[in-house]
Amino acid sequence: MRRGLARVFTTDHRRLGILYLYLALAAVAVGTTLSLLMRFHRVWPNAVLPFFGVITPEDYLALVTMHGTLMIFFVLTTAPQSGFANLVLPEQIGAKGMAFPRVNAIAFWLTVAAFLVLISAAHITAGGAPISGWTSYPPLSALPAAGPGQGLGMDLWLVSIGIFCIAAWLSAVNMLATILGERRAGMTWTRLPMTVWAWLVASILTLLAFAVLLAAVVLLFSDRHFGSSFFIPMNDMIDGRIVGHGDGSPLLWLHLFWFFGHPEVYIAVLPGMGLATSLFANFTRRRVAGYTMMAGMLVAIGLLGLAVWGHHMFVSGMNPYAGTAFAMVTMAIAVPSTVEVIGWLATLWGGGLRLQTPMLFALGFLSFFIVGGLSGPLLAQPALDAYLHNTFFVVAHFHLIMAMAGVFGVFAGVYYWFPLMTGRLMNEALGKVHFWVSLIAAYGTFLPMHFAGLAGEPRHYDRLTGPATNFSRLIPLERGITYSALLLAATQLVFLWNVFMSARRGQAAGVNPWESTTLEWANGTEPCRIERGPYEYELPQGEGGFHPQWEAVAKQE
Amino acid sequence: MLIPAAYALVKIGRVAWMPVDGALNGPVIDRLMWWNLMALCAIAVAGHLWLAFAMLRRRPAAKSLPAAVRWILLAGFCAMYTWMALTAQNLWAATRFEGPSLTAMRVEVVGEQFQWYFRYPGPDATFGVTRPQLVNAAAGNPLGIDPRDVNGRDDVVSSVLVLPAGREVDLQLRSLDVIHGFFIPGMRLKENAVPGLALHVHFTPEKVGTYPILCSQVCGLGHDRMQARLMVVSAADYAKWFAAREQAREASE
Amino acid sequence: MPATFTRNPVDVERRDTGIGGKPPVDRRPTGGGGDGENWENQPHGRRGPRELLIRYRLGVMFALSGDLMFFVALVSAFFVRQSSGHFDIHDNFIDDWRPLAVPPILWLNTAVLLLSSVTMEMARRQLFHEIDVMEEWLGLGRPAVKRAAPWLIATLMLGLTFLTGQWVAWKQLVAQGYLLTAPDPSSHFFYLITGIHGLHLLLGIVALVAALVGLFTLKKVEFRQIAVDSVAWYWHTMGIFWIFLFVLLVFFQ
Repeated sequence: MRRGLARVFTTDHRRLGILYLYLALAAVAVGTTLSLLMRFHRVWPNAVLPFFGVITPEDYLALVTMHGTLMIFFVLTTAPQSGFANLVLPEQIGAKGMAFPRVNAIAFWLTVAAFLVLISAAHITAGGAPISGWTSYPPLSALPAAGPGQGLGMDLWLVSIGIFCIAAWLSAVNMLATILGERRAGMTWTRLPMTVWAWLVASILTLLAFAVLLAAVVLLFSDRHFGSSFFIPMNDMIDGRIVGHGDGSPLLWLHLFWFFGHPEVYIAVLPGMGLATSLFANFTRRRVAGYTMMAGMLVAIGLLGLAVWGHHMFVSGMNPYAGTAFAMVTMAIAVPSTVEVIGWLATLWGGGLRLQTPMLFALGFLSFFIVGGLSGPLLAQPALDAYLHNTFFVVAHFHLIMAMAGVFGVFAGVYYWFPLMTGRLMNEALGKVHFWVSLIAAYGTFLPMHFAGLAGEPRHYDRLTGPATNFSRLIPLERGITYSALLLAATQLVFLWNVFMSARRGQAAGVNPWESTTLEWANGTEPCRIERGPYEYELPQGEGGFHPQWEAVAKQE
Repeated sequence: MLIPAAYALVKIGRVAWMPVDGALNGPVIDRLMWWNLMALCAIAVAGHLWLAFAMLRRRPAAKSLPAAVRWILLAGFCAMYTWMALTAQNLWAATRFEGPSLTAMRVEVVGEQFQWYFRYPGPDATFGVTRPQLVNAAAGNPLGIDPRDVNGRDDVVSSVLVLPAGREVDLQLRSLDVIHGFFIPGMRLKENAVPGLALHVHFTPEKVGTYPILCSQVCGLGHDRMQARLMVVSAADYAKWFAAREQAREASE
Repeated sequence: MPATFTRNPVDVERRDTGIGGKPPVDRRPTGGGGDGENWENQPHGRRGPRELLIRYRLGVMFALSGDLMFFVALVSAFFVRQSSGHFDIHDNFIDDWRPLAVPPILWLNTAVLLLSSVTMEMARRQLFHEIDVMEEWLGLGRPAVKRAAPWLIATLMLGLTFLTGQWVAWKQLVAQGYLLTAPDPSSHFFYLITGIHGLHLLLGIVALVAALVGLFTLKKVEFRQIAVDSVAWYWHTMGIFWIFLFVLLVFFQ
């Protein structure tokens, strides 16, 4: 019994990493199911679903809110960062473990608690889950009378996010202390694998951003329960009753939330970028083109990412001059991202790619990063964003660049580090099927949304026909999107089957199956001092020769 | 994907999927959107051709891509980003930095769960004072216009936004309860209506027609039902409509 | 090798006479093996006495950075709320911020907290006092603990006094009619800011008690040092935060 408990409440970072991945798996399963319900409803609004009944408008908005919250917090902030970093970060820097193993474990269990509280918001409350979206703008989110689910459901949402903020803070502290203090002798900044740079920047962003979100959540909770008016303006009315008694500012919430919200999306995508760099080096058998520049660009993206939050608020009532300022900085952040992409494309240019599944998913990451990222500079222009804000164009943009790229980064990590977790390889054929069908289905799902957005279709609409407008000409488009989404979801079953079958009966992996240079693949014979860079793959022919980081530099070199 | 792209190529400056635009600066925005979309699509395709080439190239090249190529590409992208930022900035400044002209007509837009109201100031061109305590839609006073205020006597409240073509209009956006998004796709216009603030946007409707008005910021249960109509009519028709509304208001008093 | 200590000027002059009787002096940066051996080249766990201490200091510093951002967000909300208002029916800008006169006991509390930082620092330094640390490391009793414990207890007492004083201030405000749930924003902010800071200080007191207990139960002197060192930096930071918040409440309303 005691041993069982010790296994569950482990402080071993490898096991914690796998536990985080399991949590993310549970969250993505729920989140994907919710999104499929949304897609169903948009095309067949009157369908009676088994176990669910008919999806009512408040159901739809609740689905949207829960889907966004689950995916962004419990999938994209946990798996790429806490999940994989716990799995391999200490090994990659030559450390024995994380700096604070018990804090690490506490952070995980707090995340689990936050997840359970969030799920309860949808199920144990009379009003149901909140309907104000993952961004929960007040006064809609500040006034329980403003809508169904905005009572206890909203409170539970706030509590869940509050717990998550504390868990994220602890996790970031742990990660930063590890990266800064636990590197082995010789593991200098320029010898760090790119994944470690990405986790470093993402951890700094986590530390700064989630603290601000926690403050905003505390203030909103106070507005809801302690009669304050941080966000509720004077004489605000609901249902004909005046409820606003103080001079609050809804825009304050937008500023606080998006000061968190924008770094959050970089937290979601930076680990994938670091992993992509590593995998491209590994599977092209080439050194990273411009390593210092690539690492520097990750830092630049992180820093600039703290200064662009206003681009979510161009048409929210913010001063137009501020809009210009934010637009300029947002356009500027396109530059380091472009440098990264050019760096990757340059690394790939030489050809001779080993197209094994992890590499395919890294290439898929790059594909989504390009397509999703390119709509960014368009949306960064306030004059154009004035039309596209809160339409499906934005939905297409962030799903491609964050959801699909981020998730493909997670897939790449799972396929790549599977041998470390289980000693076996995942099945290549199934992996290739998973990759190609997912790629095509994902584009089939999200590319057409650009057109819906250009047609002016707003977000959060559960029906396509209304009193004044008729988007029914988009129904064939919506149907196509729904079929693609179903295909995309279904093909993940192939992945799950592959994971669980290969864990038991997969081909034995050997020590360094991908012939990688980074330290997590060392089999325990590493020296006291690191003397090599992270990606010492041999040129010119790119085959055969490579110097793992744990190999000592020969004396006569 | 190819078919809409081809369709879009047919007419330069006109993005196929976007609704007909009826505003004075609409075509400028549409052209800018078209050029942006064309450039970004071209780059996306080029990037994927590069990827396909790299994947199909079986034998690894001896030398890696020269650094000069990378710098040239970066310079090209920076130039494109600069062009995008500056062209859009010109448009943004033109529409937002300055206020409306002094001869612009004023209309107040008030959003409430889940209805848009439009208030015209009447011949005195002054809006009457509103008190939230007086809001009573059932009694015919949805905006709470104070009957004691002289300026409010000639205000006309409508649930349809009727505007004369060719005249600049200054919209004052307010909200009674939660944040709503005032969105007229056909005028390429969007601005949130934030409770506690009175936000201004101005535009000039040009083409006669009826344009949907949508709510673009989730505001509760009826968010997707919170729609209204913008009817752009000739000046004569507008005068007739307004006169009819004034008569109706006087008759009901 | 014994744990770290702070070098007093007299220690530098110490020479090993070679006949025993005096504890050796650590001449950093070399490690215990002499001949210029660098700590950093050693594997984990063998990097010298400061290794674990640095790790914990890093952790505390990062944790406090996050905390700082939390307070920064609250303070920015403070400034925004202070200047928020609305236009009344006569177009006057009204804001409802009535500056709250801070209860005078807060000055006393501030002095108490500053004093507690002094005692905390004294406690921290006792644990880095070279001779005592050496004796503890050698197992010759607990002189450093004996010196530090009274200072820690003094800090504890002062911390509890501070919290009691804050509680008294709260009661005074309630007696004057300023409640947490009042519509008055300045009183609300007062409770929010002092409450959240008080909560942090309460956590600090819990940590202080844990460190005191640890002084007597932790086996290695390094661990005792880390316990008190971590609490000390946290305590000082809470003191510095309080200075800022206090100045905010008194001078910036």
